[in-house]
Amino acid sequence: MSGDQGEVTPGDDSGDDVEVETLHGVPVLHSGDQVTLHPSREEYVELLERLREQGFWVCVDLCAVDYLTHPGRTLPPGMEAGRFEVVVGLLSPERRERIRVRVQVPGEDPRLDSIVRVHPGADVHEREAWDLFGIDFEGHPDLSRILLPDEWVGHPLRKDSPVGSIPVQFKAPQELRR
Amino acid sequence: MSTTERDSVTDLAALDAARVRLNSDEAVLRMSQTEAEEAEGYRAPTQEGLGERMIMNMGPQHPSTHGVLRLVLELDGETITRSKPVIGYLHTGMERTGEELTYLQGPTNVTRMDYASPLFTELAFSLATESLLGIEVPERAQWIRMLMCEVNRLSSHMLFMATNGMDLGAVSMMLYGWREREELLRFLEAVTGLRMNHNYIRPGGVAADLPDGWRDHLLRAIDPLPERLEEFDTLMTGQPIWQNRLQGVGAITTEECYSLGVTGPILRSTGAAWDLRRDMPYLRYEEVDFDVLVGSFGDSFDRYAIRLGEMRESIRIIRQILDRMPSGDYRIQDKKVTPPPRARIDESMEALIHHFKIFTEGFKVPEGETYAAVESPRGELGVYIVSDGSSKPYRMHVRAPSFVNLQSLPHLMKDSLIADTVAIISSVDPIMGEVDR
Repeated sequence: MSGDQGEVTPGDDSGDDVEVETLHGVPVLHSGDQVTLHPSREEYVELLERLREQGFWVCVDLCAVDYLTHPGRTLPPGMEAGRFEVVVGLLSPERRERIRVRVQVPGEDPRLDSIVRVHPGADVHEREAWDLFGIDFEGHPDLSRILLPDEWVGHPLRKDSPVGSIPVQFKAPQELRR
Repeated sequence: MSTTERDSVTDLAALDAARVRLNSDEAVLRMSQTEAEEAEGYRAPTQEGLGERMIMNMGPQHPSTHGVLRLVLELDGETITRSKPVIGYLHTGMERTGEELTYLQGPTNVTRMDYASPLFTELAFSLATESLLGIEVPERAQWIRMLMCEVNRLSSHMLFMATNGMDLGAVSMMLYGWREREELLRFLEAVTGLRMNHNYIRPGGVAADLPDGWRDHLLRAIDPLPERLEEFDTLMTGQPIWQNRLQGVGAITTEECYSLGVTGPILRSTGAAWDLRRDMPYLRYEEVDFDVLVGSFGDSFDRYAIRLGEMRESIRIIRQILDRMPSGDYRIQDKKVTPPPRARIDESMEALIHHFKIFTEGFKVPEGETYAAVESPRGELGVYIVSDGSSKPYRMHVRAPSFVNLQSLPHLMKDSLIADTVAIISSVDPIMGEVDR
């Protein structure tokens, strides 16, 4: 880990100027032995490029989370929570380390820059996140539905699309239906 | 094939070159399903110097596509210029279903993803839940989990051997593969009650202790295997037809694998010794001795040879587990997480309440998020869980190795012949239940 971690001052309750612990230049949170970076939307692609140069070559996973019904999650102080979050799991085979990157994506403007140029392997993950959550990855070469049919309307893993809201299709002949 | 300690040092320049190549080699056919249907059939050459271009849809009902994988191929005569895997035919929204089930019901759901190696998805889900709960399962439970996973790895690779043989016309291999797999499935059935979709590894431990006579049963299943693997070698590895059919077909490099996120036997076939069991150990893999096998050419033959070799390593691990299986609890004795023993329910009101609570509303998991990964027979299998403090996951995402590995298909198939597609798909060994989830 690079040594640019900021000082955390304990007992500082003033609220406004709480010093945020940073790693690789962005706020960081630790849960157990897992490290999570919280860049802004603007810093995101550049951060991934920088991490890649430091050994985190493999984009293992990318998924979206809809926090519509769970707004009170833990974020670094001062970070504004968005409705969506894109979570990227990175792996450094050389250092045998993992690092997680969580980006806030506002619900009214679900856009994020695509990382396919940085990690070609993010292709299918971004298509999946678009398909199920409707997050628009700008610069993706082919942002189309991957799991659902092309003509599908809506994004079923959003929390405002409840289970059972889509009628089951029965394809039996008309005379067999009662 | 050699067993080495990290022989290929990957440098950034090579990775950059691979990234540029992957992003610009136009191996992936960017065409929607509807467009592909319209464009299907012969098209007259549009550009100077190009032969006859044709779009062909292969699958989803094609017998060699391992389920319901569909490939849209752009052909120049017999040669594949671009291609695109079309998936989703088996999509049943299991990640969403997982949000509606409690943590105790979760394994029942996730076990249906990778139906050839169900115990690994259960394991990853349980490890993620346990990491949120902050509990560690008892020693014996860890060894039982390892034992069951290695038997499952054997049966999964055996399935690969059978289908790989079948796809390439070695029908006797198909019969041998199914036969050996059957014995292993019988052992899994004796322990878990089911041949597939076991729901055996659960948060807090495993569902039941190993039954009486498990040791003899297991030895009956694995004792003949080394000899049988020798037979496989005689039947296929040394055969010129088998070699010609696979060697040099569908080659990929280490850097391309890393850039695409491809893991498992495909990555190891390129010479990169990366195995989560050794490099980021979970359970008790640190305490057993095994080799990480690597190939050198990254072609279909290496992928076949690695899986064959991994079966031998799994047998080696199983024999060590047999020697070292500790006694003790098979699940954690935490009343809030695991149900009380049946006998306690008759005599203790408290035990009855705990039993009732666990099976009606489940146990609550502290708020947080976590990612746990295991080395499945197909590569890195990860589960990402977000908990909001209730008894159901707020979000459950499964990083399925087959889903990511399928991305390599267009690059593996570029400039190869149609006849080789079957060999290449087979060597990637995708499980569509896991791809589509």
